[in-house]
Amino acid sequence: MQKKIIKLTTILLIVFILGVFFAGLNQSSFYDTKGQAGQKLTYIKLEDFNNGTLITKINLKKNNFMLINFWASWCAPCRDEHPFLIRLQDDKRLKILGVNFKDKKNNALKFLNDFGNPYDKLAKDEFGRYSINFGIYGIPESILIDSNFVILKKFIGPITDADYNDIKKIIRK
Amino acid sequence: MKVKLVIFIILLNLQFAYAESITVKQNEIFKNLRCLICQGQSVADSNSEFAQTIKLVVKDQIKEGKSEKEIYNFLVDKYGEWIVYKPIFNKYNFLLWVLPYLIFFLGGYIIFFIIRKKQV
Repeated sequence: MQKKIIKLTTILLIVFILGVFFAGLNQSSFYDTKGQAGQKLTYIKLEDFNNGTLITKINLKKNNFMLINFWASWCAPCRDEHPFLIRLQDDKRLKILGVNFKDKKNNALKFLNDFGNPYDKLAKDEFGRYSINFGIYGIPESILIDSNFVILKKFIGPITDADYNDIKKIIRK
Repeated sequence: MKVKLVIFIILLNLQFAYAESITVKQNEIFKNLRCLICQGQSVADSNSEFAQTIKLVVKDQIKEGKSEKEIYNFLVDKYGEWIVYKPIFNKYNFLLWVLPYLIFFLGGYIIFFIIRKKQV
């Protein structure tokens, strides 16, 4: 009887270890924060790009849908996504808030001058402090939120054609 | 004059001791935070853009008087539990914490059983 218990325990242990390895190997080794969708942005604090005044939730309350886009002139993938942002600008249901991340003002202005300005409101995060409140860990990153500041979708990396269609689909609902 | 000098030296030492304790605390926190864009590096080890920003925010929060637990909770809220090396005990990872003890006691029981059987 006791021998049987030991055998069974050993088999169960081996099955368990193999199960853990199997689950571990099937998991993606790349971590991202896309899982934040559904969460509410509880705290928003940014600085206005032009005059440095504080931008909080109160300043952003009127919008149905808002895309918060973190960008910088030194970020090459930001150039790739820029045409999509320009195209999104035409949609009246969506407001785009641009957050210029760890950038020089002159370079940022030149970037917007060269490629166009898709932003309804422009903010800056000179030292990257404010972006932590949004769970940003690299740029470009974009967050689509509704009027209650609930995250509908998070886009890690540059916005692609598929992401553009996704945003359009979400705001059309 | 001597009394003033002694008081000055004591205050200076207290300042140094306080600054050192803050540095130790922030380094402990940096070591327990994962650099999300690095390969197997902690925030303490990394000099990436992300690690630099996290260091800045942690320093700010320490200055604001936040505890280590409050800082971890804030960052876990923003980046998920992956950001901390030492996972927080919850229903999803309780096995991780309990299993070593379970195996230890089970192993002990098996050894005890084998020894007892040999003696008989």
